Amino acid sequence: MSRADFQVVIGLEVHAQLLTKSKLFSGASTQFGGEPNANTQPLCIGFPGTLPVLNAQVVEFAIRTGLALECRVNQRSEWSRKHYFYPDLPKGYQITQYEFPICEWGTLLAGEKPIRIRRIHIEEDAGKLVHEGGRSLVDLNRAGTPLLEIVSEPDLRSADEAVEYLKSLREVLVAIGVNDGNLEEGSFRCDANVSVMRIGATEFGTRCELKNLNSFRFIKQAVEYETQRQVEIIESGGTISQETRLFDTQRGETRSMRSKEDAHDYRYFPEPDLPLLIVTEAQIDEVRRRMPELPKARRARFTGEYKLPAYDAEVLTADLALADLFEACVKAGVEPKKASNWFMGEISRLLNETKRPVREVKFAAAQFAALIQAIEAGTISANAAKEVFADMFETGRDAAVVIAEKGLGQVNDLGEVEKLINEVIAANQQSADSYRAGKTQLIGFFVGAVMKAMKGKGNPKLINELLVKALTRSG
Amino acid sequence: MSTLLEAAAALSAKKVSSTELTQQALGAIERGDGAIKAFLRVDAAGALAAAGAADQRRSEGRSLGPLDGIPVALKDNILTEGLETTAGSKILKGFKPPFDATVTRRLREAGAVIIGKTNLDEFAMGSSTEASAFQKTHNPYDLTRTPGGSSGGSAAAVASRFVFGALGSDTGGSIRQPASFTNTVGLKPTWGRVSRWGVVAFASSLDQVGTFTRTVGDAAAMLDVISGVDANDSTSGDVPKSNHRELEAGVEGLTIGLPDEYVAAGLDPEVERAIRAVAAQYEKLGATVKRISLPHTKHALATYYVIACSEASSNLGRYDGVRFGHRAAAPKNLRELYLQSRSEGFGDEVKRRIMLGTFALSAGYYDAYYVKAQRVRTLIKRDFDEAFRSVDAVLCPTSPIPPWKLGEKLDDPLAMYLADVLTLPTNLAGLPAVSLPAGFTSSNLPIGAQLIGPAWGEAKVLQIARAFERETRFAERAP
Repeated sequence: MSRADFQVVIGLEVHAQLLTKSKLFSGASTQFGGEPNANTQPLCIGFPGTLPVLNAQVVEFAIRTGLALECRVNQRSEWSRKHYFYPDLPKGYQITQYEFPICEWGTLLAGEKPIRIRRIHIEEDAGKLVHEGGRSLVDLNRAGTPLLEIVSEPDLRSADEAVEYLKSLREVLVAIGVNDGNLEEGSFRCDANVSVMRIGATEFGTRCELKNLNSFRFIKQAVEYETQRQVEIIESGGTISQETRLFDTQRGETRSMRSKEDAHDYRYFPEPDLPLLIVTEAQIDEVRRRMPELPKARRARFTGEYKLPAYDAEVLTADLALADLFEACVKAGVEPKKASNWFMGEISRLLNETKRPVREVKFAAAQFAALIQAIEAGTISANAAKEVFADMFETGRDAAVVIAEKGLGQVNDLGEVEKLINEVIAANQQSADSYRAGKTQLIGFFVGAVMKAMKGKGNPKLINELLVKALTRSG
Repeated sequence: MSTLLEAAAALSAKKVSSTELTQQALGAIERGDGAIKAFLRVDAAGALAAAGAADQRRSEGRSLGPLDGIPVALKDNILTEGLETTAGSKILKGFKPPFDATVTRRLREAGAVIIGKTNLDEFAMGSSTEASAFQKTHNPYDLTRTPGGSSGGSAAAVASRFVFGALGSDTGGSIRQPASFTNTVGLKPTWGRVSRWGVVAFASSLDQVGTFTRTVGDAAAMLDVISGVDANDSTSGDVPKSNHRELEAGVEGLTIGLPDEYVAAGLDPEVERAIRAVAAQYEKLGATVKRISLPHTKHALATYYVIACSEASSNLGRYDGVRFGHRAAAPKNLRELYLQSRSEGFGDEVKRRIMLGTFALSAGYYDAYYVKAQRVRTLIKRDFDEAFRSVDAVLCPTSPIPPWKLGEKLDDPLAMYLADVLTLPTNLAGLPAVSLPAGFTSSNLPIGAQLIGPAWGEAKVLQIARAFERETRFAERAP
């Protein structure tokens, strides 16, 4: 017997932080960072007398996610309290959905394989503890931030499949604008339930829950390590005990955190401070109507409608805002492939350099289109355009303004250009003769020389045309 | 001392100033509260400042309405910004809230002068105000007896004529029972009529803020100010305000139901006699009084204690010594911080209920206790729905017995719980109810009659109460 005789079975629970401006049940900001406990209101601190008030944006995001994952959206769902004592949990309970979640029974493709989604529910995040100098301090900035918990059925059969599923889920959540997909900062978190069974067996083995999986690589490592561990135990005649295990990123191992016997009794009961969560058919339809196109469909459209290479379509649709901005530019009149080149080149480069989210770029699609037009009309050279764009990216000024200010416009005055061309030919009679004798590749040398004489402001196309004429004529 | 509306009229007529009324209230408390112990805290400076502002407004012709300049008191589980609010518990000693409860804010916006904070059973858990961590309040009509509870401080403050009105909270009878013990009018509105934002939670699905006054009209005036939908309380009802234009309309043609289950064995004979006299009075005034049945009443007590304690065990989880309130002096670790802070901070009755509720919500017991209790609660609601098909209001005693001696039931929690048997079904059903003065026992102890109405039916309940009040002089009898 060996590992090859066993089949691993994986189910995943993902906690995705929703991109709302305020918290799930209070008006406090969800902004990341900031002074400890600055983003708190009385409710976040758990003061007596405080009551939760539901953030409507959260419900819309949950419905949107449910629809994107082909779930049934329940018109009646319920809030529950989950109790435990820990200093990062200010009320002594977390408000979550337990018996009746907002969405159930969806599907998501991991590669080509459909994975069933059992449920999606809304809940509030806890705060965090900071341990320093022998003291533990509580920061409640994150307390009450809205999360979606997305639970898959145990349909995954390998670590790679698990990673495929997660990448696919992350892509959807980012594309529909509900989550930023950041594993490292913990806004997209994953727990994995892992068990093994002999190939051909019909009953699943006892599962262990793995925590602290904050990168795709760790998820793969952890699942593979855990599979091996469980197979070894069974092969040596042991049994798996149900427990929660923490992944040690240093050692690449999982180790026991708490056993089933130590599991909390959360004493769930319906939250009496909130009415049932009712969503109407009309509300669901409205969300459906406004649903952003999913990445898969958009990719297909980008390669079909815009005739973009698959690679371009992939990169552009990886970020909802980027794809939107790209399409806005195309709609403003930029030829798609030309736009795509800019997006994959200059725009990506500047976004990376400035670490600025796409939503915060300063230039508008129409301004970008005007810049491209200026290149096409020969008003500026492609190189100068990059400089102009870098300024537009920072300031949001019109291309024409930047061109004028920096003196980057090309000289298109025929008389002026012809005069310089004649001077260059006169100074290079030998080369001109060679050209006329058939060494036409020398045209590049002449263009360069004229360009230099024009201090880079020449229009290469125009210079080329006039040079050919001049060289032919004077022969 | 006059009633609230009489004082309002005197203020309007400029026969008295708010500053004078406030000084009178402060003086009365100074002289009288040593024996009563209604107040945990008197905010003389804050009250005089508010009174001065009210007088200023009035002199400029900008009076804010009937409560402008009127001295009132708040039960100490209602948050007052910057003014210590303890809920009668050591665990909240020294807690100065960073915000006002919605009811506090509404009173302030109506110009009311908040004189101070009144005593209560710790976290409003109790029926005698003896379970306060700080002091025991005495009944102004007999200092050896309890004023009832848990809002005993507010009841005693109004009965003692210290203030014209007071707010309490009612989870299972905590306004009505002390009102009946102190010859005052105690109104518990429909659940959702008054915002719970800023009210220290005991049992969220049962808690409701209401009023103590000396007359029915005063209750209507206070309700008008504190009620209404609140964006901070998702369970507050978006319904029109209670309209009291018909307050004096009488009871002719109305039907009042006397439930067999409430007027049954266990009633003190003098209480029973008083309630029958109330019924007779209503018949005399042109109402029809008929027997009705609320068959699930016998399960109300058990149902109430399962639900109330379950919710309490959850609501009180936040008192952990970490962010506010009492913290143990030298815990060695987190577990000790929790254990010691909570063991030292909570009193026996609160601990008893936390343990009961924790048990009822535990895995393996949840279905047998909490879920079953919710089912019975539905049946109790249906009993009332059924009754209100044929009656306008239900009449019964507020308390089966008159005020008992301080200390008498302190060691017998069950006997204490049983005293609430006639008030707590109303909370389970979320209905409005009022307790009104209905006479005295042979030893001059007040007796209260309870009128219960359908949801959002405060106007009719008060109209019926007013009809009785107008014909009798019980409310005028001072301690």
